[in-house]
Amino acid sequence: MPEQPLSAPLDIGFDYTRSVGPVLGRFMTALAQRRVLGVRGSDGRVHVPPVEYDPGTAEPLDELVDVAAEGTIVSWSWVAEPLAGQPVQRPFAWALIRLDGADTALLHAVDTGGDPASVHTGQRVRIRWADKPVGHIRDIAYFVPITDPPADAAPTAPAPPAATSPDGDAGPVDTVITPVHLNYTHSASREESRYLRALADGRLLAQRCPACGKVYIPPRGACPTCGVPTTDEVELPDTGIVTTFCIVNVPFLGQRITPPYVGAYILLDGADIPFLHLVLGCEASEVRMGMRVRAAWTPREEWSTTLENIAHFEPTGEADAPYASYAHHL
Amino acid sequence: MAKQRAAVLGTGQTHHRSKRTDVSMPGLLREAVDRAMVDADVGWADIDAVVVGKAPDLFEGVMMPELFLADALGANGKPLLRVHTAGSVGGSTALVAASLVQSGVHRRVLTVAFEKQSESNAMWALSIRVPFTMPVGAGAGGYFAPHVRSYLRRSGAPEHVGAIVAAKDRRNGALNPHAHLRQSDITVESVQASQMLWDPIRYDETCPSSDGACAMVIGDERAGDDSPAPAWIQATAMRTEPTTFAGRDQVNPQAGKDAATELWRQAGITDPLYQVDTAEIYVPFSWFEPMWLENLGFAADGEGWKLTEAGETALTGRLPVNPSGGVLSSNPIGASGMLRFSEAAKQVMGRAGDYQVDGARTALGHAYGGGSQYFSMWLVGAAKPA
Repeated sequence: MPEQPLSAPLDIGFDYTRSVGPVLGRFMTALAQRRVLGVRGSDGRVHVPPVEYDPGTAEPLDELVDVAAEGTIVSWSWVAEPLAGQPVQRPFAWALIRLDGADTALLHAVDTGGDPASVHTGQRVRIRWADKPVGHIRDIAYFVPITDPPADAAPTAPAPPAATSPDGDAGPVDTVITPVHLNYTHSASREESRYLRALADGRLLAQRCPACGKVYIPPRGACPTCGVPTTDEVELPDTGIVTTFCIVNVPFLGQRITPPYVGAYILLDGADIPFLHLVLGCEASEVRMGMRVRAAWTPREEWSTTLENIAHFEPTGEADAPYASYAHHL
Repeated sequence: MAKQRAAVLGTGQTHHRSKRTDVSMPGLLREAVDRAMVDADVGWADIDAVVVGKAPDLFEGVMMPELFLADALGANGKPLLRVHTAGSVGGSTALVAASLVQSGVHRRVLTVAFEKQSESNAMWALSIRVPFTMPVGAGAGGYFAPHVRSYLRRSGAPEHVGAIVAAKDRRNGALNPHAHLRQSDITVESVQASQMLWDPIRYDETCPSSDGACAMVIGDERAGDDSPAPAWIQATAMRTEPTTFAGRDQVNPQAGKDAATELWRQAGITDPLYQVDTAEIYVPFSWFEPMWLENLGFAADGEGWKLTEAGETALTGRLPVNPSGGVLSSNPIGASGMLRFSEAAKQVMGRAGDYQVDGARTALGHAYGGGSQYFSMWLVGAAKPA
């Protein structure tokens, strides 16, 4: 039975900012004052939340009007197991709610104390405001039925980051923060997994295309130019040359290596394609195209299934490879 | 298969800035759209379909612009498509819009591309660390700098040529009221004195990070005939290749050469340097001017830098390149390709203002994206194609 492909978590996240513009800015600012605004469309209908452009005529809209903090459930769906970050942290309903004075429905959470039998279409509900409104849709913590609301307050997810205003807390909201977090499981291919397991043994495992004879490391499983499966494995030495490189002097968010450092394309002896790695062991200004290098491995007890087992490449001191020998790898 | 004739009826763009916190994303797009529709003298009822393009989703954390922007783009009840080809997206979006007219499906198509870089961090988005790999990625500059070094080695170009490109484009940008960077005082020497970011690429040889949008209205032959100064689409081409394969030419990619060959063939151009009056080429780092001059066939391999050094790509040269200031002066990534296409159109429409190339009748718009994987280009002219 073939070995299972390797996989590992890939978690990325960023606090995106959203400049909301004048229409939504007024809506957000009003929320901080525990008021809900809608916008009147070209046909007289009131849209809540406001839309910036009329859905029918595409004209810009700017007539904002107050609507009520209570309304009617138009439709709903039960969430038996709330996810992290959802507004109510016990079973609740997502509902389309038409606020009194509005012609469109707003999507929000309805808390019935966890009871699915206590929510229905046509039900009257009202806003439960957040304790400290900040100018964000989550200032509406959730809705509760007007008749027989739950006895206790619902557990809620942490408040979102505060919105920003050019004039400080008192001014209109111009920017909101919308954190986005993505949690993937990244899987290596079967061929890459064999290469990674070999790396854990300190070996560099490549594959050769049976049609064109090119040697790929990491192996791809199929030749990108011939389109045929690659099965012939080739073990490569940990020596090679720098084909080309750059010296990274610029710091940036998420950077893992402190600049300045040399990011170089390393072409291992016997390979037909270079990969990116670090070059250390000499001044950055001494790194040259064609320079002979050898892998500097981390201590054996630290090895795992990653190319990071090679800490960096360093000069061997041998004569540089002639340009003609690697010009076709640039 | 013969295409039907199509023309750019109008163009519009925002004033590109590092931050446009005064408008929402839909508001930013609408500035460009409203200007394009005024320029084209059309109303919403005249628009049959909308094609939108933006940069990769992580760049601004917006995954389905075609849903989110439908109201603002007047697209409700009309076909609305989103195009996605990394940095070349503005160009390929324009070409998809053009193809909807050239195929005879629609009479007038609105196309728009945008980016609000201030809402995210492109360096971060381009340096996501994938498991099992070495974390050596360093954004677009880190990706392209080694290939620029390869170009220098291969061509023997003197080091100051990159600075010539940067100074020229920034000075051109100073003539463009929409440009983000407007540096009329920049010199080759000041560029060379700027900080080395990704050796061999210096700070002043690097594109800025901009908020901005660009839009065009593309119409059929009848609409073009009714327009006072249309830019007729003479030829279009798109090509793609993988980012890495053994023996790939990273300096002079085959996909770019193939796209250019097809473009010149369609337009009947046999000597681009003499037959094209001006070119808006996607140059995010200065050295890509000479590299793409060769890739596009304006110069022989290894000779592109000589055109730049001789001043032939300056506003007064034989082939003014990026008279608008180019990507080096404004870079809302998702819109940058469409800006190249629309600036080419503006030149042949005679609407380029202070950076108008005298007598421009034929102009190239070009974009590339990914790791030089995607190429899109068009040739536009003042004259209706035969």
